[in-house]
Amino acid sequence: MSVEQIQQAEWTPKIVGFCCNWCSYAGADLAGTSRFQYPSNIRIIRVPCSGRVNPHMVIRAFQKGADGVLVAGCHPGDCHYSTGNYYARRRMLLFKRLLEYVGIEPERFQVRWISGSEGQKFAETAQKLTEQIKALGPNRKLRDVR
Amino acid sequence: MKRVGVFVCHCGSNIASVVDVKRVAEAANKMQGVAFATDYQYMCSEPGQDVIIKAIKEHRLERVVVAACSPRLHEPTFRKTIEKAGLNPYFVEMANLREHCSWVHSKDKEGATLKAIDLVRKAVSKVNKTFPLFPGEIPVEKRCLIIGGGIAGIQAAIDVADQGYEVVILEREATIGGKMAILDKTFPTMDCSACICTPKMVDAAQHPNVKLYTWSELESVGGYVGNFEVTIRKKARYVDLGKCTGCGICETKCPKKVPSEFDFGLGQRPCIYKPFPQAVPNKPVIDAKNCRKLLENKCGVCAKVCPTNAINYEDKDELVTEKFGAIIMATGYELYDWTKDFGEYGYGKYPDVIMGLQFERLVNASGPTMGKIKRPSDGKVPKNIVIVKCVGSRSTEKGKSYCSKFCCMYTAKHATQILEKIPDANVYIFYMDVRTPGKMYDEFYMRTKEGYGAIYLKGQVSKIYQEGESLVVKGEDILAGKPIQVKADMVILATAAASVYDAPEVAQKVGFSYDKDGFFTEAHPKLRPVETNTAGVYLAGCCQGPKDIPETVSQATAAAAKVGSLFSKDKMATNPMISEVNEKLCSGCGLCIPVCPYKAIELKTITERVHGGQVQRQVASVNAGLCQGCGPCTVACRSGAINLKGFTNQQILAEVDTACL
Repeated sequence: MSVEQIQQAEWTPKIVGFCCNWCSYAGADLAGTSRFQYPSNIRIIRVPCSGRVNPHMVIRAFQKGADGVLVAGCHPGDCHYSTGNYYARRRMLLFKRLLEYVGIEPERFQVRWISGSEGQKFAETAQKLTEQIKALGPNRKLRDVR
Repeated sequence: MKRVGVFVCHCGSNIASVVDVKRVAEAANKMQGVAFATDYQYMCSEPGQDVIIKAIKEHRLERVVVAACSPRLHEPTFRKTIEKAGLNPYFVEMANLREHCSWVHSKDKEGATLKAIDLVRKAVSKVNKTFPLFPGEIPVEKRCLIIGGGIAGIQAAIDVADQGYEVVILEREATIGGKMAILDKTFPTMDCSACICTPKMVDAAQHPNVKLYTWSELESVGGYVGNFEVTIRKKARYVDLGKCTGCGICETKCPKKVPSEFDFGLGQRPCIYKPFPQAVPNKPVIDAKNCRKLLENKCGVCAKVCPTNAINYEDKDELVTEKFGAIIMATGYELYDWTKDFGEYGYGKYPDVIMGLQFERLVNASGPTMGKIKRPSDGKVPKNIVIVKCVGSRSTEKGKSYCSKFCCMYTAKHATQILEKIPDANVYIFYMDVRTPGKMYDEFYMRTKEGYGAIYLKGQVSKIYQEGESLVVKGEDILAGKPIQVKADMVILATAAASVYDAPEVAQKVGFSYDKDGFFTEAHPKLRPVETNTAGVYLAGCCQGPKDIPETVSQATAAAAKVGSLFSKDKMATNPMISEVNEKLCSGCGLCIPVCPYKAIELKTITERVHGGQVQRQVASVNAGLCQGCGPCTVACRSGAINLKGFTNQQILAEVDTACL
């Protein structure tokens, strides 16, 4: 959808969430089993570990029209693969600064640590992210002009 | 484009009541590459799986998308299904329409249906880029390590050893036996705890397949299921177990006495000691923190009296590394330290306010008072005794939010023990609720109340303070609707059962998850209660959550059965979703090597033909046995030469593309 089309239609944000299989994806599953409600804007992509998420994938999401991106992994120290989320933390911190430098609002790209027992936190994160991005409006900066 | 089949599950009404499954299937039918789409009530049921198998054959499907529940639940099920139909088991992808859609968007049916269609499209795009994967095989080291030598560890050890496999019990104390060895009697049968626990300890120790490492700690764990490499620190014991006969002369001659940990400070022990007389191994250890020989180089009496020269003051910690195929965690629990939070009960400054486990020692025939109930301050026999339940349990303000499960029963047991030994005593029990599910448990509680005449008062205790020789317990009786004050000679607090203080540290060493309270997390609360999310690591007993002895023992046996099934094969299939190096692209920079937590990547030399000549160069190479498929290496690679099978860059990017449509 181009930006013009978006402006015409009733706009709802599109959010891509990268969730590690062991903590955050399980946390999202727990939000489901506990029936914690959150807006239906987020599309979760399952990755084995937050360390698997390449900044390339985040850029690609923005390029293809995502309005927000969430990268979620195990809490530091609790990585199923012992150190994967430390790499994610460092990479994403640097990458976030790069995005900010390019002019992307910091709220659009968020990194969160959500454990498998934090269904509530997952639902709250999805809720808050949607609200923040709704307030920002559509992502214009990185979107492919098509 | 491959011929993809989409199967949308109703999950009874779990999905279908929110998501318009027919619309999802219709939309799927129009998606690029989808050759067939349908919906069915229960895809995971046998007829549901038959629908998939039939469709694969009829429509010559090459890839399958099942839009149902979380892949964490049923991915293995559907992999087996399509394997039956002759496809590679990794040609299936799941769209999570239940946990991630219908259950969380139940008020937004339209939004949920649109999201469901998107999730299916995302799965279709991913499955299109899937390559066939084949699990490898690795040998299984048929030895089991059991961490913790309480009743859970002992039972698990005996059960694994009886199946014919070697077992090592790792115990940090000088003896196995754990908390059960401390107890006097067990509810509801009032069996003597030592009479049922100590024979089991001996059985474990004398079993030909069991090796004990007492007075030892876990240092580090490497490797993976079937091939764990565990380093154990054997702490300096200062007593040569090979020479010592356990005669006990040293213990009687040691001149220095300190409070006994086993008796929770109610009794004394020498500085060379066995925790209790029936300890296994029945050989002493020197307490290096208090021994005068080790501290000041004086004394040395134990070495002089030892008839076998077993004392070695030069003893040092020793590290041993051994290989194991499976690990059972049986690290148990400890009592919540009430003294730091409960100022209203005196922060532990009143000697006659004691914990449940201290009372177990007071009433125990081998305890410091030889089983006579005497209060710790002046040794008088108490007449009025108050028991306070839920100290630190079921509280969101201080202590723990959960119910510690066994306190209701042990407080009833304590009340009957008091009333049997001191018939004219008055026992008052302050409770929030009395929870006694279990075989013969409620009958026991009723007998305590009605047969023995223990006085149960519903209400909490607000304050305990000293008045002269006795304690005043202020609380309320909410059934009578009034405050109540009891003059007591002794107070027993039923403190919460908490995780062991270093449980999170141990879990991190072994590499599996734990919850907010430090209890170890099982792989699935209902269907996989003794496994962890880390393959080859199992749970037994209170380390997973508070439970009583029968439950602990059953869980230990269950864990042993799991180990047995793991060890029943000589080789086990490995996860094929591991990293793979494209040697054409790899420049051999080696940046991926330090990123790998499993040391699975190393450089190797390959020979290539370039312009007719032979050139040797270095490329990264992944050890399939070590790689666990986490993927940080793929991001570290500058040239995009490493990919993670099953989660390839192409697959994830395809998902990103379709998720943003």
